Amino acid sequence: MTDLIDTPASPAPDPRDRGGPAQPMLIVENIKKYFPIRAGLLNKQVAEVKAVDDISFYVLKGETLGIVGESGCGKSTLARLLMYLIDKDEGHLILDGDTVGEKSGVGLDGLRRSLQMVFQDSYSSLNPRLPIEQSIAYGPRVQGAKPRQAKEQARALLDQVGLLPDRFGQRYPHELSGGQKQRVNIARALALDPRLLILDEAVSALDKSVEAQVLNLLGDLKQALNLTYIFISHDLHVVRFISDRVLVMYLGQVVEIGPVDKLYENPLHPYTQALLACRLSMDPDERVEAAPLAGDPPNPVNPPSGCRFHTRCPHAEEICMAKAPPLGDVLRADPQDHLAACHMVKPGSGHSKAPATLAELFNI
Amino acid sequence: MNHMQSPDLALAEPARPKPAPFVSVRDLKVKFVSREATVQAVNGVSFDLARGEVLCVIGESGSGKSVMMRSLLRLHPKKRTVIDGTMLVGEDEITTLPEKRMTELRGSTISMIFQEPMTALDPLYTVGDQISETVMRHQKVGREAGMQRALELLELVRVPSPERRLKAYPHELSGGLRQRAMIAVALSCKPSLLLADEPTTALDASVQIQVLVLLRKLQRDLGMSMIFVTHDLGVAAQIADKVAVMYAGRMIEYGEARDVLMNPQHPYTRAMLSSTVKDQDKGKPLEAIAGTPPDLRALPDGCSFAPRCKYAVDTCRQAFPDPVADSRGHTARCIGVKPVGDLLHFEAPRGQPVAALA
Repeated sequence: MTDLIDTPASPAPDPRDRGGPAQPMLIVENIKKYFPIRAGLLNKQVAEVKAVDDISFYVLKGETLGIVGESGCGKSTLARLLMYLIDKDEGHLILDGDTVGEKSGVGLDGLRRSLQMVFQDSYSSLNPRLPIEQSIAYGPRVQGAKPRQAKEQARALLDQVGLLPDRFGQRYPHELSGGQKQRVNIARALALDPRLLILDEAVSALDKSVEAQVLNLLGDLKQALNLTYIFISHDLHVVRFISDRVLVMYLGQVVEIGPVDKLYENPLHPYTQALLACRLSMDPDERVEAAPLAGDPPNPVNPPSGCRFHTRCPHAEEICMAKAPPLGDVLRADPQDHLAACHMVKPGSGHSKAPATLAELFNI
Repeated sequence: MNHMQSPDLALAEPARPKPAPFVSVRDLKVKFVSREATVQAVNGVSFDLARGEVLCVIGESGSGKSVMMRSLLRLHPKKRTVIDGTMLVGEDEITTLPEKRMTELRGSTISMIFQEPMTALDPLYTVGDQISETVMRHQKVGREAGMQRALELLELVRVPSPERRLKAYPHELSGGLRQRAMIAVALSCKPSLLLADEPTTALDASVQIQVLVLLRKLQRDLGMSMIFVTHDLGVAAQIADKVAVMYAGRMIEYGEARDVLMNPQHPYTRAMLSSTVKDQDKGKPLEAIAGTPPDLRALPDGCSFAPRCKYAVDTCRQAFPDPVADSRGHTARCIGVKPVGDLLHFEAPRGQPVAALA
């Protein structure tokens, strides 16, 4: 762990690198997860919840990908699929060039060593009966480290996340504040020297001043350990601050993906526009008079036909109900490309507001 | 707003031609006593609230904001809580009110919305049952009239297809609808004072704004006074007339929403604003406040924020600063804050700097 800190971050290649610096850290290809709904005497499947419906994207090495969307859009299911905490129905994961779970690729233990997760609820994700030092040392022990060595490492990690090992190491989770517990969770996630951290609403439950401390810590760790983040949150301010690229989800699908500044300054999809309008200003004179998004997202058991957002979209036309707008080939797109699944940005889609050519769209 | 000052000062003030406030809290102190320790959750809070006015109380967890609000309904365990000071709501002095009258008050004159609608609503009763129960209990009407009123209330809080939702159980509703149902319960007996304890914190940003717009409209239409507790400054900007910032059981800054949020003077309020993530430069670290809030079992002497304050000097540790107010009623409790002209002005106090927390 310690020698890693001494290695300068890019451009020098990471010794753990297998696919080269240009190979994305993680490629997600057409991943799907439908949860069955069973009912009746024979427990027959009557319907399914399309929690994650054909999602593809990639995460480059050393970047932070933000994932935003309302509750129930499948953000957390996606995170759990990436971690193999639940089995996917279809699709592939490619970790640094190796397909996960296939004969020629990397196994599950390899995936879990390279990929770690920090959850929202800092208390329920720690074992209440283990002092935090042991909680952190648990992963390395399972993966074969000697007890003494694992303990040393746990203490070094505590120090690294800003908790004095002598003062905090023997404490139990209930003896720590929310921010301190989340630091322990981050330390535990780092214990196996991962490449990619999935942060699922990791700062959402914290007070604002503590949130800022933890965000700063995440920034420092990323630099020091050459990490890649997938940052899931519903707080659009935080996502803007921490992310390099942002992916917007709606009802189990990706509706927009692009570099953070392009997406925030010129959101293409009406859903992204509405989400961004939901950010609250600190100025009492800039009050929101009408909610930008009415109602709740539709039921994912029976998603609307065509574009899934058309039931809440102010620009919906007939074409939107008939045909689902394509997002484009996300996996072949450049990281700087800004893609949206909306008929209004596809030339010749049949929507009255669609541009004639792509050039017209970006000139506006 | 001199009544923010110590109570003796407020009494010395000649009577103003201003209508009497609807809620008047003076020097409220709440202590929780147990065998191990005494937790001083609220340490002398005074404020007035006029009819139809919205006060937002901002603070971190453990700042005593919820405890302060729950005292207004006397929701704390009686045996372990010591409440000092006075709380006048309308004609009723809450601290000395007999339990029977208090029960009448709860849910009718004073009503409350909680953060977690799933735990605040009873999972075994339908939404209609829970709204009509309150109506039947306080207005002494029958079940049918109660249900009729429940239907009207669901329409009032804009629940789509209210007839169907009347028969729904809480788990059958989404988070936003559940929160609307709880607002309907709280409004069922036309309260004069609505207490809201982080009612939008657990909601999505898109639903949060729907609930905020609804609450603001209902508050205006029904002319209710409202005390709204939140840790989100953006929420406060949306709904507050007055804003109070609490730290370690005291109000350290108070005033018109615009004054406190756009021109904060107390170092804590300033630090809180600058640590809130909002379009900051991406390369730079956020200006986080170092350290953690003080232990309420053993508060430090002097200003409770001094151990975390980057301007703290030795005089900060001597006594808790008295409130200083400007002519507009903007009040702050910090030795560095002085009124200059019509406005408050903060200047780093001079003296021996105290080593701040790392």
